[in-house]
Amino acid sequence: MNGLWDRQRRGFSRSGHRRDALWLAALLHRLSGLALAAFLPLHFLALALALKGEIALDGFLRWTANPLVKVAEMGLVFFLSVHVLGGIRILLVENLAWFQGQKQLATGALIGALLLALMFLVRAA
Amino acid sequence: MNVRLYILQRGSAALMVPLVLLHLGVIFYASARGLSAADIFARTRGSLFWGSFYAAFVVAAATHAAIGVRSIAAEWTSLRGAALEVLMWSFGLLLAALGFIAVAAVVLA
Repeated sequence: MNGLWDRQRRGFSRSGHRRDALWLAALLHRLSGLALAAFLPLHFLALALALKGEIALDGFLRWTANPLVKVAEMGLVFFLSVHVLGGIRILLVENLAWFQGQKQLATGALIGALLLALMFLVRAA
Repeated sequence: MNVRLYILQRGSAALMVPLVLLHLGVIFYASARGLSAADIFARTRGSLFWGSFYAAFVVAAATHAAIGVRSIAAEWTSLRGAALEVLMWSFGLLLAALGFIAVAAVVLA
């Protein structure tokens, strides 16, 4: 307790770590994972429309041509990309000897995911 | 998270890296071409490759997501003990069931 009080007295913030790039990367990994976990059941249910035949699935595919749906799909591509690229960094840091540049790698994963999401929107539009 | 769940979580993650990268390629290919249901079925129906690919994907994703949701619930909510196990198993089994129905619909039906 004294140590914590001392840090506060000296002006250290208890939430300062929340501005750290790797803390933000961990938060983004959890949030993107949750978004993907929430989306997956809906994705599977949409594909299961194929059981009702081509017409049912075509009706759904026409709905996905809506520009708002395309923007939502861009968000999903971003979540999937940032989760897999950030996940690769986690697997590397946990299974290889420690190496420098973790913040740069995490930032690169974010930029790469943003570029992939934008590329998706440009190609799909 | 215990050691067994940790190994399953990271193992499913490692398995999914190539699967997700190929799936992203499929997403880009399909969205740029605007495939119809008939176009999709022509590529997937009776395909051992796509059937095996997406069946493996469903198993890995259901495992990875269920353990991930359990970890986040343990960190961010007051759920503990058996409640976490119920959450993990029910979500994982739901994903696996819906996923296999989806794969069957696209590959077998």
